[in-house]
Order: sequence, then structure tokens, then C-alpha cells
Amino acid sequence: MIAKHLPRALIYGILLIAALLFLAPLYVMLATSFKDAAQIRSGNLLSWPNSLNFESWQLAWSSACTGVDCRGLKPYFVNSVIMAVPAVLISTAWGAINGYVLSLWKFTGSEVLFGFMLFGVFMPFQVVLLPMSQVLGYLGLSSSLGGLILVHCIAGLAGTTLFFRNYYTAIPKELVNAARIDGAGFWRIFFRIVIPMSTPILMVTLIWQFTNIWNDFLFGVAFSGADSKPITVGLNNMANTSSSVKSYNVDMAAAVIAGLPTMLVYVLAGQYFVKGLTAGAVKG
Amino acid sequence: MAASLHIAGIRKVFGKGAKAVEVLKKIDIDVAPGEFLILVGPSGCGKSTLLNIIAGLEEPTEGELRIAGKNVIGVAPAQRDIAMVFQSYALYPTMSVADNIGFALEMRKVPKAERLKRIHEVAAMLQIEQLLDRRPAQLSGGQRQRVAMGRALARDPQLFLFDEPLSNLDAKLRVEMRAEIKRLHLVSGITSVYVTHDQIEAMTLGSRIAVMKDGILQQIGTPDDIYRRPANTYVAGFIGSPTMNFIAGQASGTGDEAVFSFEGGELRLPCPTAGKVTLGQRPEHIHLDPNAAWRGEVILVEPTGADTYVVVRTGVGLITVRTPPSTQVLMGDVVGLSVSGRHNNWFDAQSGLRLV
Repeated sequence: MIAKHLPRALIYGILLIAALLFLAPLYVMLATSFKDAAQIRSGNLLSWPNSLNFESWQLAWSSACTGVDCRGLKPYFVNSVIMAVPAVLISTAWGAINGYVLSLWKFTGSEVLFGFMLFGVFMPFQVVLLPMSQVLGYLGLSSSLGGLILVHCIAGLAGTTLFFRNYYTAIPKELVNAARIDGAGFWRIFFRIVIPMSTPILMVTLIWQFTNIWNDFLFGVAFSGADSKPITVGLNNMANTSSSVKSYNVDMAAAVIAGLPTMLVYVLAGQYFVKGLTAGAVKG
Repeated sequence: MAASLHIAGIRKVFGKGAKAVEVLKKIDIDVAPGEFLILVGPSGCGKSTLLNIIAGLEEPTEGELRIAGKNVIGVAPAQRDIAMVFQSYALYPTMSVADNIGFALEMRKVPKAERLKRIHEVAAMLQIEQLLDRRPAQLSGGQRQRVAMGRALARDPQLFLFDEPLSNLDAKLRVEMRAEIKRLHLVSGITSVYVTHDQIEAMTLGSRIAVMKDGILQQIGTPDDIYRRPANTYVAGFIGSPTMNFIAGQASGTGDEAVFSFEGGELRLPCPTAGKVTLGQRPEHIHLDPNAAWRGEVILVEPTGADTYVVVRTGVGLITVRTPPSTQVLMGDVVGLSVSGRHNNWFDAQSGLRLV
């Protein structure tokens, strides 16, 4: 009896340990955020918080100081939302149109063009920092949220195009031909036939783009001005100001706040993520 | 409303320079209003390309194309007033059956009430009324085929195009849908062009058949014409099952004393010319004859129920003979063969062209 169940028990045991290991940082962050300064000083990182203390969350959100600015993370969070939402929507829509053209409306040279676009997926973004800042300067978008939105749209385009193009390649050409004969044009076919078939890949791309853009630090730190810093930069600045004693509970609460939207997106749309990544041919 | 279709000098070249491939070489076909034209040939013969050119999905390299007398070169598929049924059916997977059938009407801004009326008419005609709310994925192959037909019928077009519509169905459904297509054509009277590689479909459906090979139109004519008077050995061998027997030999010419001699036998048959020729005989025009001088060994007996096909090895190769099912022959028997002499197809031995 025991011998029969032992292998299974072993597997579950190992999985449990792995899960605990991966969840440990989250636990430390949450636990520390609820502790007061005295308990943190006592030094036990893994101990349960003595009381459920929301004070550091409040501080992190609305009144923690970065240098002389004591408005908490809130303005940065708002900046990130203003930046991420349009950037995600535009880059996803743009990628869908690109993918639609590159798979179902091929033209002379479209494969070569797609090949060049693939470069964008593998290119380290540090390479484009200087030219990009020059371009933003020409456009008058330096140090603005508009500039950041533009940068994220362009940086994400290669990836979103790749996602949609590969998904749409599985759509039979006959479907487009049937619609053309039925009297639908380029955009009608896209909105009435192709987009309704795209739910899984739309979800994948939305999650992917949101995570990338929300978590981006490089562009945020390079191209933002005083009033347009995204939350990643805000969090970094807040945690790294060494004007007074380090308040770890506030830093931890701020970090959780910064990560909350991406977690939320995964919880809401995560089921589509796996479905979309494993989706095979689109069959009629 | 039936329309005529005029195809003249259509050429299609894919690729450029050294890699150019000419898939259609000067095709001329005239289809009368209400006709059911079959384009038949092996894969790669260019029949589907020709259909796509008629549909406007591809443009010809050169040539003339008129539907109902109107030039349609450069006209978008939607403006040609055609409907097409595809091999894979190409149903819109996220739309209901009703929306699939009504899509073309919707694109043409037909008011909703009229659209619904038409959808129900078509559904009744095809007996798919109970399926109107379903998605294509919830249908069987035969049902999808019916929906695809319904989508084409809904618009009452000038021209129907079929691209091997039955090749994804099993044998029984195929026969059923074949009859259905024939019935719908008789009812609607709409000019149709039907691409297939199945010669039985070609024979049963077509009012005329165009046999193609390597981008060249080999012969065009009624099924009877194609079957009885094939223009060359290719058409003769492609149409008819089992295939026509070919006997290569030497003919002495016309006249009562004329003799056609070949390896292992000779037949007293007049031939339009003297010299090296090939005689084509369908299996039903060759008989087992105990007294005949031309003899061979039975190597296969194939009963099909209605007929029994006997394959005989002779000096000129294998000869298939159609016999009544009561025939008593066994493998290994040596039998005599004779021809009735009224259904001779003479072909030039070199060019394979029919001799008249």
C-alpha cells in the first residue's frame, strides 16, 4: 500500500517544496509590508506580522517621500496607466493588422519585410536608446507620456506582428477568397471574419504587451521627464532615496502595488494565455 | 438569370524569367447560358487556376473573359456577380449557419427582413432549416457541404463556380450530393462551371466537359461526345472506367479486305489510314469469343455486381473486357477475344490524335 503510493507522494512533496520556494519572496514582501518598524528591526525576515498594519500601504500609495516630493506612488501609478493602456491597445491592434496583411494578403516582398520585422524581436533595446531620443526630440515628444507611448508601440510592434502573423497563417486562404466573392473588402474581412477568430491570440498579446510595458524600466528611465515617470521608475527612486532610515515595510508595500496590475491581468485573462499559446490550426 | 461565359486566349504565367511556369496556354471556351460545364483533368493541369481567373481571385497574364457579354478582366470578384463553392467549404467559423448563408446578402446591403426570407427559402431547398442556429464546427461534412451550397444559392448569381466541392466527402455522401447539385442546377438554371478530377462526376453532371492537361484544353464536348469520340489517346484513357484498351499495330487501310495486325493477333477492321496506328476499344466493346484467333490468358476476374471485368494478358498488353456477371471464366484460362467493330477509335501512333 505504502510502496504503491510512495512515488506519487514524492512527486507532490517535491512540487510542494518548489511552490513554497517560489512563493517565499511574495510572502516576505506581504509579511514585511504589514509589520511595523519595531518588528522589522527585530530581524526575523520570515516571522508572521504581529498586527495587520495598513499604515505602510497608505504611506506607499499617497505620502511616502522621494527626496522632497511626498506624494507617494500615486502619481507614478497614474502615469503608468495613462502610458500602458493606449500603448497596449495600439501596439496590439497594429500588430493584428500587420499580421493579417503578412499572412493573408501577401504581396511581393512581404516575406522579406516580415524577416526584417523579426530583427526587432531579437534586437536589444539599449541599441536604439540614443537614436530614439533624437527622434523624440525632433517630434517634440521628449520627456512626455506621449513619447513613451510611441516608444512602447514601436518597440512592441515586432513581437505583436509575429504573434498575429503566425496565428493567422493557419487560417485557410479559401476563407478570405469566399469572403471576397461574397463582397467583403479588406477591412470587412478583418473585422467580421478574422478578428472574431482571434480571441486566444488577442488575449496572449494583450497580456504580453501589458506585462512588458507596465514592467519596463529602461525606456521609462531614459525617456521620461519629471512629471511623466512610470511606476517602475517611481518605485526605484522611492526605495533608493537614502535621506533617512530605510522603511522596508513601505518599500515592500510599494513593490506589491507596482506589481498588482500585471498579477490582476494574469488572473483575469490567464486561462486564455495557455490556450492561445497551445492553439493549433484554426478549423472551420 | 442565366448568363453566358466567354473565355478567349487565356494565358497564365506564374513567376518571372527563367523560373516562369506557364500553367494555362491559350484557353478558349464558350459556355452558353444555363450550361453546366465541367473542367476535368489531373492535378496540376491548370483547371483550378482557370476557375480562380473566372472568379477574379487571380488575374490572367493575357486573354479575354466575358460574363454575360461584359468584360470582367480587372473587375473585383464581388462585382462579377458570381458565387463559388470551395473544396474546404470555407464556412465562416464564428458565424451561425444563417449568418453564413446571409453574409453575401448583408454585404450587398439587402434589408434584414428580405435577407431572412431568402435564408429560409434556401435552407428549405437544401433541407437544413433545423441547422440555421448552429456553428459550422457543429456540423457533419455533408451538412457543411449543404451550407456551402446554400451560401452560393442565396444570392441568385449569374454564374456558379464549384472547386472540387465533393472531394472531402465519403463515397456514399458524394453520390448523394452529386445528385443534389444536378437537381439544384436543373431547378435554378444558373450557368455553372465545375472543377473536378473525378471523371464520374464529370460524366454525370456536365452538359459539356472540357478535358485539360498541362494547361492545354484537350477536348471540349458533351459527355457522350467525349466518351464516344475522344480527340486523343489522353482523353480516351482519362474518361471511362475501367480505362479504354489501347492496341498498337499496323493497319492496311480502308476497304472490305482491310486488316489491322498486331503482336499476337489480327482483326479484320478498316482503318482511315494505313500504317502505324493505335486502336482504342472500351471494355464493353471487346467480347470473350471461344472461336476468335486473338487469344490471351485471364490474369484477373473482377466481379462488381452488375458487371464482371476480365483482364486478359495478350501480346499487346493487358486487355480489360466487360462481361455479364454470369460469365464462367477462371484465372489462368486461355480465352479468345473479338471486337464488335462498330466502336473503333483510331489514333495516330505517334501523335496520339484521333484519325477520322
